[in-house]
Amino acid sequence: MRKVLVANRSEIALRVIRTCRELELATVAVYSDADRDALHVREADEAVSIGKPHARESYLNVDKLIAAARETGADAIHPGYGFLSESARFAEACAAAEVAFVGPSAEAIAAMGDKAAARRLAREAGVPVVPGTDASTDADAALRGADEVGYPVMVKAAAGGGGRGIRVAADADDLRGLVGDAAREAEAAFGDGSLYVEKLLERARHVEIQVVGDRHGKVLHLHERECSLQRRRQKLVEESPSPALGPSTREAMAQAAVRLAEAVGYTSAGTVEFLVDEDERFYFIEMNTRLQVEHGVTEMVTGTDLVREQLLVAAGEPLELSQDDVRPNGTSIEFRINAEDPERDFQPAPGRIEGVELPGGPGVRVDTAIYPGYTVPPFYDSLIAKLLVWAPTREQALRRGRRALEELRIEGVETTVPLHLRLVEDERVAAGDFHTGYLEQLLASTSEVGGAA
Amino acid sequence: MADRRTIKSPMPGTFYRRPSPDEDPFANEGDRVSNGDVVGLVEVMKSFNEIKSDQDGVIETFLVENEDAVEAGQDLVALGDR
Repeated sequence: MRKVLVANRSEIALRVIRTCRELELATVAVYSDADRDALHVREADEAVSIGKPHARESYLNVDKLIAAARETGADAIHPGYGFLSESARFAEACAAAEVAFVGPSAEAIAAMGDKAAARRLAREAGVPVVPGTDASTDADAALRGADEVGYPVMVKAAAGGGGRGIRVAADADDLRGLVGDAAREAEAAFGDGSLYVEKLLERARHVEIQVVGDRHGKVLHLHERECSLQRRRQKLVEESPSPALGPSTREAMAQAAVRLAEAVGYTSAGTVEFLVDEDERFYFIEMNTRLQVEHGVTEMVTGTDLVREQLLVAAGEPLELSQDDVRPNGTSIEFRINAEDPERDFQPAPGRIEGVELPGGPGVRVDTAIYPGYTVPPFYDSLIAKLLVWAPTREQALRRGRRALEELRIEGVETTVPLHLRLVEDERVAAGDFHTGYLEQLLASTSEVGGAA
Repeated sequence: MADRRTIKSPMPGTFYRRPSPDEDPFANEGDRVSNGDVVGLVEVMKSFNEIKSDQDGVIETFLVENEDAVEAGQDLVALGDR
């Protein structure tokens, strides 16, 4: 492996380019017409224009990306996250073009991409799943399944994932009313109208296990990330370790994640997501077959570079790490800085960045691709920066987080910084006493995000 | 034409005339719309926002094509009285 094309944009493209440089790999950026002035384009050794702003015509265009790899002689493609990172078709196209796809096999992506089939695989690997049904487009089957597990239930698109394509039904009437729409919506959004039903676990935490596997049969885990602070099923704050789990639960979850990864022959970095109830019973929800947005918190507590591991694995090398080498230390917390206005129901707020001052000092990492004068385009995700902190204890990490958030200045667009400043002061956040519904409850309880509770 | 009435986009993004690719457009030229009727969607950062008419009228013409990039404040639809 000598030259890596990064099939992504913004902070994750830059993050991948940085590790490539450290490994002395040449880099190729790709960019849409909206990203001509983007930092990832400047920082790569070469850059290829791939089309119009709309992702379908650029970052999601398999043919253009493969052509860009051919044209530049890139022998590997790193997909980042989002876009084509979980596309089995893209992984296959890379293989056909004899370019290494920096991710798992197309088979593993496909196996985990069908979220209902993934539940079956998990059960077969002895991993507990949320009580529910297998995929079906049949409303009667959904109703029978829901009766069995008890209401309320979630109706999920089998081809969905990442919090998309989910509806909640309070009772049978509700379910009868929404099944048809949900199937049509899933068909339109994902090209597959199959649905499955899961019991809605209230007051559950979202905890996920980072795994990494090589092409020589080794799979190991890098412990957990707690991601329960969410709004509309999108994570806003992640941390490692989880402030709530006991050591035996933690270990059992990690072992379950490794068993599932082994069962699908997993060969890259991946994440196995679980819900954990108030009695610390855990249930598999889905596996993300890619690098995760919040991978940095794992890197900070384990001292690893997950992109480096991905690249080495994709080059066919065995993992240098052993499970005993992975010894988490301290606490890391990530705050997602989105171009959204918390005062206006988190309405997306693209626009020109007039000024930026980034925090620094001990235990602070900022992954971002914004700069003064940069215009955040309206076509892509609202994530513009990830602020990560590390400290020996969770209490210190929260204080460091507050300090770094106060140092961070972004002028020109509204951001989620005021919300984070409130969260680091919140008593229940400080106590680690929260679940996936907590943040929305907190937002509903006051109208002004930046104000005191 | 002195006081041409329009429906504007409140935000930058991508304009869509249909709720999804397989469905009929929200509204067509010649349709009568009332205050609050949805005439399209603007997608900004993966979130879809309904564009509603802020007045009564008849759609004379769409000033942008389906999937065009639009700016905040840009005219999307020209309205007539009949």
